[in-house]
Amino acid sequence: MVAEATSRLEKALKAEGDLKLVAYIMAGHPSKKRSIEVGKRLAGAGVAALEIGIPHSDPLADGPVIQRAGQAALAAGMTVAGALEVADAVAREGVPVVLMTYINPVLNYDPRKFAAEAAQAGVAGVIVPDLPIEEAEPVAGWLRSASLDTVFMVAPTSPPNRVDAICAHSSGFVYCVTVTGITGVRKELPPGILELLAEVRKRTELPVAAGFGISRQDHLKALRGKLDAAVVGSAIVDEIDRAGDGVALVRELLKACR
Amino acid sequence: MSRAALTHPVDGRFGAFGGQYVPETLMSALRELEDMWHEAKADPQFQLELAGHRRAFIGRPTPLYAATRLSEHFGGTHIHFKREDLCHTGAHKLNNAVGQALLALRMGKKRIIAETGAGQHGVATATVCARFGLECTVYMGTEDMRRQSMNVRRMKLLGAEVVEVKSGSKTLKDATTEAIRDWVTNVRTTHYIIGSVVGPHPYPEMVRDLQRVIGDEAREQYLSLDGKLPDVVVACVGGGSNAIGIFTAFLDDRDVSLVGVEAAGKGIRTGEHAASLVGGRPGVLHGTYSYVLQDGDGQILPTHSISAGLDYPGVGPEHAFLRDIERVEYVAVTDKEALAAFHLCTSLEGIMPALEPAHAIHQAGVIARDLGPGGRILVCLSGRGDKDMDSIPTKPEADAVTSRGPLDADGG
Repeated sequence: MVAEATSRLEKALKAEGDLKLVAYIMAGHPSKKRSIEVGKRLAGAGVAALEIGIPHSDPLADGPVIQRAGQAALAAGMTVAGALEVADAVAREGVPVVLMTYINPVLNYDPRKFAAEAAQAGVAGVIVPDLPIEEAEPVAGWLRSASLDTVFMVAPTSPPNRVDAICAHSSGFVYCVTVTGITGVRKELPPGILELLAEVRKRTELPVAAGFGISRQDHLKALRGKLDAAVVGSAIVDEIDRAGDGVALVRELLKACR
Repeated sequence: MSRAALTHPVDGRFGAFGGQYVPETLMSALRELEDMWHEAKADPQFQLELAGHRRAFIGRPTPLYAATRLSEHFGGTHIHFKREDLCHTGAHKLNNAVGQALLALRMGKKRIIAETGAGQHGVATATVCARFGLECTVYMGTEDMRRQSMNVRRMKLLGAEVVEVKSGSKTLKDATTEAIRDWVTNVRTTHYIIGSVVGPHPYPEMVRDLQRVIGDEAREQYLSLDGKLPDVVVACVGGGSNAIGIFTAFLDDRDVSLVGVEAAGKGIRTGEHAASLVGGRPGVLHGTYSYVLQDGDGQILPTHSISAGLDYPGVGPEHAFLRDIERVEYVAVTDKEALAAFHLCTSLEGIMPALEPAHAIHQAGVIARDLGPGGRILVCLSGRGDKDMDSIPTKPEADAVTSRGPLDADGG
């Protein structure tokens, strides 16, 4: 289950002195066409990877900003097949694309077909936040056999033996959830996060990325040197709602990464 | 198949159904909950305490009641009610809430959260929190707060904070999603009392264990009548806790048919219903793999039922299993049929059932017609109808019942 040396995500997210930035957008938010344009612009702005959300009616791990974006995308007609088209268009820019989706749309689509079509679209990996390692098979098997990375999440509530198991199941990178909670913009990084990141880094050769609640330059400065990559989601989605694309925000955040 | 083989989940699953499809943040809490529950269940002290609260606080055992005038109306089949409507707070929900509150105290968690549809589980949770001195937050959809306003008032009087959920269909599904998100955030200090046999393992098993007292009592009471068992046991199914509660004791009695009644709303064909087992497909909702009402793209569908307690697009995984092995037959009954049964039961028995078990009463009438005189039906009367006064039209429907009777209404 150790990632192959050729994993595009692993290569793109391994920090080299700097901190890599992963930007999250929701497929179909505010429209399919628009989410493709935004994805391409963010890819061009210097992010190391793009996380593209497939909207779901009941997103258990997401806060109000991403939930709203998902509802808007669904209302505008976004589907799993549509999201794969968005991923395909954005992946052509050359920046690795990671899909983030909940398990039910994947089960409904047929995991085998989903894996094959995601690989065909040029997707590098998949994150399913309501798929803990105990429930990973057979979905993760289909993803792996399509040469997609399977990214699993570590939470502040994961005991050390689980962290080991999660790292062993992961390929591409390990996703560290920084807060005991859901996605969303927060003022401060939670206490204890640096210890958690150090703990995870000790236990894996894979790049370690942190996400949930990271939105500001000072957050990134505090994280630089402590891990490989940071995922910014709600702040970018919010910016897309207010300013159209989030490129200015990403440029600003990138300054804090170097 | 032995009872143990039928109902003990293996690795958190009933056959293919169940599991733990939740964010990693909750996995440790679920493990702790599973361990603590198994420990508590095996602890005579815990069982003694639970038995004491059942007797003096809930009012158990609840009676078995012969609905003689209804039996006569339905053609002579003997119909009995298991009177869960006589539980303190008006429904079977308190059986579960008391057990889980005791467990929360054992785990040292002082804050309780819950979701509610009809408000009965919310009231039961607010009640045990008042009784045991726990902090209580209840999530409830805007639409349900409107149609169950009296229960909102009761929860507030009991000291609970009621959080209005405005997302999605503004009903039980969205309240549950919101409660889970609260739990993801506050899992270290908070116990989530799920109100039905749904959600990730170990909830379906734990809630079943706490509700099976309904069937354990009813089976013994029924046998004490004349030494025989019923031909059929009928219960309504939303998430399915009262149904699992009464069915469990009868699973090994192969001559006893078990019938679960879902909400057909305005009719299965209209798409405006809440019948997951009758009209849905397997999928994941709220952490468990079971039958789910979903669209072609795996998005959870909005539901409709006149009864807020059945208005849910999923169902407990054990029901999915019992459906697939054909141990329980699941059918669906419309709003109109349930309303007619409500009026019939109210006027013939002087018992106002909640709209949820009114679905089961309608089905009992349908089954009675098949069984004929001498047939024996046990219905789980899971709650009382006081909460539904605002949902029940007054005169016209009542007239329709006395002139036609529910058996003449449109077929389910």
